[in-house]
Amino acid sequence: MDALVLARWQFSLITIFHFFFVPLTLGMTILVALLETQYVRTGDEKYKSMAKYWGSIFLINFAIGVVTGIVQEFQFGLNWSEYSRFMGDIFGAPLAIEALLAFYLESTFIGIWVFGWDKVSKKVHLTSIWLVAIGSNISALWILIANSFMQHPAGYILDPETGRALMSDFFALVTNPNVGYQFTHVLTSGISMAGFVVMAFSAWHLLRKNEPAFFRTSFQWAAVYALVGSLLVATIGHFQGQFLVKEQPMKMAAAEALWETEQPASFALVAAIDENGKTNPFEIKIPYALSFLSYNNFTGEVKGLHDLQAEAEAEYGAGNYIPPVTLNFWSFRIMVGAGSLMVLLAMLAVFWMKNIESKPWLLKALIPAAALPYLAVTTGWIMAETGRWPWIVYGLQKIEDAVSPNVPAWNIVLSLVLFVGLYAVLGVIAFKLAVKSGTSNSHKHEGAAAD
Amino acid sequence: MNLQILWFILVTILFVGFFMLEGFDYGVGMLLPFLGKKDEERRAIINTIGPIWDSNEVWMITAGGAMFASFPQVYATLFSGFYLALVLMLVALILRGVAFEYRQKFADKASRTNWDWAIFIGSALPALLWGVAVANLMRGVAIDENMNYWGGLLPLLNPFSILGGLVFVSLFVMHGANYLALKTEGEIEKRAKDMSFKSWIVATVLTVLFVVWTFFETDILTKSGVNGLIPALLAAVALLTVGYFNKTGKFGWAFVSGSLTVVFATVMVFAGLFPRIMISTLNPAYSLTIENASASAYTLQTMTIVTFILLPFVLAYVGWTYYIFRKRIKTDVKTLVY
Ligand code: HDD
Ligand code: HEM
Ligand code: HEM
Repeated sequence: MDALVLARWQFSLITIFHFFFVPLTLGMTILVALLETQYVRTGDEKYKSMAKYWGSIFLINFAIGVVTGIVQEFQFGLNWSEYSRFMGDIFGAPLAIEALLAFYLESTFIGIWVFGWDKVSKKVHLTSIWLVAIGSNISALWILIANSFMQHPAGYILDPETGRALMSDFFALVTNPNVGYQFTHVLTSGISMAGFVVMAFSAWHLLRKNEPAFFRTSFQWAAVYALVGSLLVATIGHFQGQFLVKEQPMKMAAAEALWETEQPASFALVAAIDENGKTNPFEIKIPYALSFLSYNNFTGEVKGLHDLQAEAEAEYGAGNYIPPVTLNFWSFRIMVGAGSLMVLLAMLAVFWMKNIESKPWLLKALIPAAALPYLAVTTGWIMAETGRWPWIVYGLQKIEDAVSPNVPAWNIVLSLVLFVGLYAVLGVIAFKLAVKSGTSNSHKHEGAAAD
Repeated sequence: MNLQILWFILVTILFVGFFMLEGFDYGVGMLLPFLGKKDEERRAIINTIGPIWDSNEVWMITAGGAMFASFPQVYATLFSGFYLALVLMLVALILRGVAFEYRQKFADKASRTNWDWAIFIGSALPALLWGVAVANLMRGVAIDENMNYWGGLLPLLNPFSILGGLVFVSLFVMHGANYLALKTEGEIEKRAKDMSFKSWIVATVLTVLFVVWTFFETDILTKSGVNGLIPALLAAVALLTVGYFNKTGKFGWAFVSGSLTVVFATVMVFAGLFPRIMISTLNPAYSLTIENASASAYTLQTMTIVTFILLPFVLAYVGWTYYIFRKRIKTDVKTLVY
């Protein structure tokens, strides 16, 4: 296998792994901060133990987010040095700001939160967890500002001598319209994930009639939180899709496996896709639906892959500009399917949350349902990143031109094996620890040296 | 001042902060299996850096990010060129971070001992590799006309750079021992003080050798204009006083002098490099300098404004955490935080 293919595998596996842990941090920090706020406001010790209990799952998760994040910071230099040279003028800035503004904040105040229960006042302690929550979400904001440039370049010029991209307008970089969709979608995906994870563990305890008072309250908070998150993530995703129809029509056409331009366009529920023959031998379609999803009206024209390919060739020269259609089509459907199921389940949970123990089937369903947000974030990123193919920076640099020329394939094989092996082991350990923590009794988390 | 010079200085400051702070915490990690005999002693040692190691590590992340923003060519050349070394370091840092957080979740002795060795490796390997990398930067590497280094890992492991790595390891062990002498009580404190003196001797011998060799092997101390001679002398004086304070039992001052040693040594390297950042041994014209490797004036201006707004806050709250956790850690299961 050549270095480019290996580098791509390495990047995608490692980043997906990082992002397995990140959204839970984004959502959990806010939830734990809300619980601790309730404790400080009411003085009710139950909320303090809830903050500690769910906080300990968050910490197990956070540790992996942090250590895998270090790799991210250096990955662009390791395998993508030509990309770093081409984009460094723009891309480095948000990364450095992320570190200065967000990583110091999270890493410092997480220390105070964990070690400071009896060293600082209640108010200072509460402030610490809020600063961790703000820090981790700001970190997401800045990295997504960087990613948004790659999806939808803004605020740059091309250096006439070297051909490199140079920043020309920091404000335009930061206010890139893509950021608004991406950041809110990611933030709310994290909120929904935290809600579902806490619901799942609470459901496990409620089914066993274990500390019902504690876990019923946890369940109620989580159910509301999950519903808010799921509704928002789905709604924002809808608008994000509409934005993409305008800005990255190729990605959306691939996600719909729409080969021919249609007006009005119908939505393929399922399809068999023949990427070589560039047709769908079989599909089940809902008439008008794609026009509606794309423009909120029933008659809009949605461009197909063939026409978009012709347009791209006219603009950028000969080549293949059609991303992996099957992958995008199914990734999109899995994400939207998971999201819809999450909205449904969260609605039921909130509807019955007053006496949720009388609905054991729902409690049972909510345990495996915690996998849904994980499925959705992974497929969501696969769609966002592979749908940009062949571009690493949309319209400016191709993936094949971005890879480090001086890193031989065997080096990447070695690093790939090391990282993937290590991550696999860590993933298993973290999962086991989280399950052990989430299925233990609440008082176990009270005393300092409990376990 | 010219923005490229300003950013060269800012990146230097970030590396100074990184080596100074992370230096003692790598040292603590390396000493953990040796100075802590019983489980609660090891816990006490970990707790001395528990609330701060993550923010110390952020100095490295910020240094990397700032280099990406201000000298993207260096970021690209250095990390693609030193590929395997960096990968090893990242693996070590992953082990270390996870070990700090997960160690206490395992009740059995064997697992805990394994995690302790993960902390040891996770601290020793990065210390060694940073030393190797810095020594290679001082000597220069074979960078071609397109700013790429093709040599791979083996040429980076030469006697000079390995000595550089050992210097880093020994200095950080000393720095960590001084820190533990201040932050622990009883048995551990005694062992730390003892170790502080022993490691001081080793560090001094290795450092003197390395500086002499640097004189012959590189132009860091001798080139005309800005060079590393004065900071090198200051580092030497600071290192000598560590031994003095150590013998007279003034460990607070020993720690301060140790910190200054690391600070001046780092300044020596960067001053000696200036205005180059990565020296090419193939042709001086291929070297990466603050001019041919920097970001555009616009990006540097933007980053300057952002940094001058944010950095004071960062320094203030990071300093404040050190204040909150200033007390010595007791080796007592009742007060230890697991
Ligand atoms: C819990 C997680 C989750 C859920 C339930 C959904 N998404 Fe999502 N989605 C993500 C998590 C996510 C993500 C992982 O966070 C992505 C990857 C890139 C991004 O911006 O967010 C994403 C990307 C993403 C993109 C591509 C963005 C791009 O290429 O820039 C679209 C069009 C949607 N989503 C649309 C939706 C719709 C219509 C949903 C309806 C239910 C939906 N998502 C549910
Ligand atoms: C954390 C969430 C992210 C995930 C899960 C993710 C996932 C992926 C995946 C699956 C690929 C492979 C695409 C392919 O092989 O065609 C990829 C490519 C890439 N992504 Fe992302 N990405 C994420 C965020 C980002 C961000 C925030 C950036 C930039 C700051 C980024 C930069 C890149 C680059 C440079 C590639 C190049 C490799 C390639 O396209 O093959 N990614 N990413
Ligand atoms: C591909 C580009 C990415 C890079 C270079 C990167 C970098 C990093 C680094 C260096 C850390 C460690 C911080 C510490 O030590 O405290 C980290 C953690 C984190 N990153 Fe990433 N990251 C990337 C993708 C993302 C994305 C896409 C998001 C969010 C949408 C994100 C959000 C976070 C958060 C919230 C943390 C905190 C720790 C945790 O995950 O629990 N990162 N990241």
